[in-house]
Amino acid sequence: MKKPIGIILPILILIAWEIAAQAINNQFILPKLETVIPVLLHPTVDILGTGSLLHNALVSLERVGAGFLVALVIAIPLGVGMGWSRRLEAFADTTVQLFRPIPPLAWGPLAIAWFSVGLSSMVFIIFLGAFFPILLNTIDGVKSIKRTWVEVAQTLGATERQILGKVVLPGAAPTIWTGLRVGFGIAWMCVIAAEWLPGTTSGLGYLTLYAYNFGQMQYIIAGMISIGIIGIAFDILFRWVEDRWFAWRGLER
Amino acid sequence: MKLAIRGLSKVFVTGTGEQVPALDGIDLTVEDEEFLCILGPSGCGKTTLLRIIAGLDSPTAGSITVDGEALSGPSRRIAMIFQEYSLYPWRTVLENVAFGPEVLGKDREERRATGRKYLDLVGLSSFEKSFPYELSGGMRQRVAVARALATDPAVLLMDEPFGALDAQTRNLMQTELQEIWKKTQKTILFVTHSVDEAVFLADRIVVLTPRPGRVREILSVKKCPHPRDRTCSDFVEIRRHVLDLIAGGSAD
Repeated sequence: MKKPIGIILPILILIAWEIAAQAINNQFILPKLETVIPVLLHPTVDILGTGSLLHNALVSLERVGAGFLVALVIAIPLGVGMGWSRRLEAFADTTVQLFRPIPPLAWGPLAIAWFSVGLSSMVFIIFLGAFFPILLNTIDGVKSIKRTWVEVAQTLGATERQILGKVVLPGAAPTIWTGLRVGFGIAWMCVIAAEWLPGTTSGLGYLTLYAYNFGQMQYIIAGMISIGIIGIAFDILFRWVEDRWFAWRGLER
Repeated sequence: MKLAIRGLSKVFVTGTGEQVPALDGIDLTVEDEEFLCILGPSGCGKTTLLRIIAGLDSPTAGSITVDGEALSGPSRRIAMIFQEYSLYPWRTVLENVAFGPEVLGKDREERRATGRKYLDLVGLSSFEKSFPYELSGGMRQRVAVARALATDPAVLLMDEPFGALDAQTRNLMQTELQEIWKKTQKTILFVTHSVDEAVFLADRIVVLTPRPGRVREILSVKKCPHPRDRTCSDFVEIRRHVLDLIAGGSAD
């Protein structure tokens, strides 16, 4: 939050929520604040036999981590290649543009058919969510490298491999990092929905859906708040690294 | 090391297929340890000429030989300094200067020692841990000079390296470049559109015509001893002659 003024509206929303919850007085539609807060304050307590909030959060994070890692390992080299070589870009760009608009979740049924229920199909969906932002930012980052950076390296005798490793990759790193940040955000959204796929038995997404079957709205909202907090925490982490490592991007004149 | 340029021409083809001649039949011999300025109006192809010598562009016709050996592509014996700031902003000053030795496979100790040696030469020893964005424009160009020197090339190509600097810094840099040139005994090809800069720095000045660039005249400034006094009569006379040449050129 940039200014203290930003805190006013969330507080008002909390107050409005509580007033509305008291007025409606129906736990199935809007649980009261005092039933949600204890759930958040005790993240290690088991919920309806599915494990604790913390346990499910870690399970979800593990899946995101796996899908994100696969996406990163494929998207960055491919993106560097496509940004560097016009021929490779011409070859692959149409395909990328065709697949990009398909929402990762639309792959759900296919994912289950190919990988059966469980970790692999979820990782596949998360991979798709993270892949495109990382790829497109990497291509963009490589293309926006200053030409003189490359030419200096050429005149100093660098090989193409050295130019890619010592000039192109570090020069594009800030933009690639932005891609990783955006990609992680989308991956995190994807994991929640992927955990709604049949056959899942853990994770924050699963927890919220499972709680719905029991009409336990306070767990749903506590789960949603946890999802939000974890999402923000990672975004802050990514930005913090960006400020430390890539300060040169903003300071370059 | 002697650089010979024979019948060098360059024709650019635009997106619409139109042919634009940039250089036309350039003949030029650069002597060992010579400071040669290439002077001409904007668009006369002087930057193109430098880029071709650096191996970054290829000529349409003609040849370049170094000590009789034909040149194709970038050569370790030739380094280039660009007008715009070309330092790597993610590297410290020392890491920038040590870039050349690094890509040539020198070990860490050796390339740091080489880097320090050339940083010392340009008077920036105390800034080795700084990043480029922490330096002024003049200091950054000095780092770029040190980086180009660190691979010990025989020829330095400089493309309007002081063009973006204020007048005072520019004069200071010209004096420093003179000293560096004397210390390192490099052959320097210096492109500029400033007559004053060319007359102050050069042994010889090559004046190019407007596009397509041809050699209009090559004149010697050797009768003015270094360091040059911009107000001495020889300096003023050569300066006026060059200005007349350029004024005549654009009237064609």
